[in-house]
Amino acid sequence: MSSQNLEHHKSIYLKVLLALFVLTVLTVAVSFFDFGSITLAILIGLTIAFIKGFLVAGNFMHLLDEVKPIYWLLALTVVFFFVLFFMPMLWEMNLVTVE
Amino acid sequence: MIEIPYNVKPRQETGLYNAKLGIWLFLASEVMLFGGLFSAYVLLRVGSPVWPPGGEAQLNIPLATINTFNLILSSWTIVKSWIALKENDFKGFKTYMGITLLCSLIFLVIKYFEYSAKLHHGIFPSTDNFYGIYFTLTGLHGLHVIGGLIVNFYLWGPGKKMWKSEPERFTNRVEVSGLYWHFVDLVWIFLFPTLYLL
Repeated sequence: MSSQNLEHHKSIYLKVLLALFVLTVLTVAVSFFDFGSITLAILIGLTIAFIKGFLVAGNFMHLLDEVKPIYWLLALTVVFFFVLFFMPMLWEMNLVTVE
Repeated sequence: MIEIPYNVKPRQETGLYNAKLGIWLFLASEVMLFGGLFSAYVLLRVGSPVWPPGGEAQLNIPLATINTFNLILSSWTIVKSWIALKENDFKGFKTYMGITLLCSLIFLVIKYFEYSAKLHHGIFPSTDNFYGIYFTLTGLHGLHVIGGLIVNFYLWGPGKKMWKSEPERFTNRVEVSGLYWHFVDLVWIFLFPTLYLL
C-alpha cells in the first residue's frame, strides 16, 4: 500500500468504527420493531448486516483498494459459496435428484 | 541457505507477498466452512413449522450486543496496530494490539457466561435444532477467536523480536493476522442478528 493510500485509509478508520457502532445499535433497535412480517424483519436485519460487512471488508480489510488476483479469488469463492448455499435447498425442492 | 522469495516484497505478477496470498486462500476456505453451516441453518429454519422449534430462544441479547461492540472495537484496534508499525511506532503497536487481546479475552469470558447459563438451565446442543446449530456456529466461531488470540498474543509477546531483525516482515505478519481477525469479526456480524435477533 502506498503512503498516499495509507493516509487515506487512516482518515476513514475512525469514521468506519463509528458507523459500525451506529449500525449495531440500529440492528438491535429494529429487532424490537414489529414489521408485521418475519420475512421483512429478516430482510432488514440482513441488509444492515451486509452494510456492516461491506464496511469491514472494504475498509478494515482494504478490499476497496486491493490487487486484482484477490478480487478473482473472492469472485470464485462467491460462486462456490452460492452453489454450496443453495444446493441443499434445491435438493429439498426436488430440483436435484440422484438416480 | 536459499532464501524464500516474496516473503516480504510483493511478487510483481500478483502484487502480493506470500503470506497475504496464503491468508486470502485460507479465508476463502473459511467462507466455505461457515457458508456450509449457514446453509444448514437456513435449511433447518425453513424446514421447521415453528422457529425456534422449542418456542422463544433463551439467548442473552444484551451480552451478545456487548460482544458485538467488543469485536468491532478489536477490529479497529488491530488495524491501528498495523498502521502504528507502518509509521515505525512500536509502542503504538504494543498498545493497540494489547487492547485487541483484551477485547478477545472479554469476548471469550462473556461467551463462557452465556454457555454456562444455558448448560445450567439444561439447554444443550441436543435440546432442539435451534440450539444444535446455535452451539455449532457460535462454538466454531469461538474456536476461531481462541486461534486469533493465540496468534495475536504471539505477535504481541515472544514474536515481537522480529521487529528488530526484519521490521517489514513483522509488519506483514501483523497485517495478515489482522485480515484473519477482521474475518472473525465479519462472521460475528452475521451470526449476531441471525441467531439472536431474527
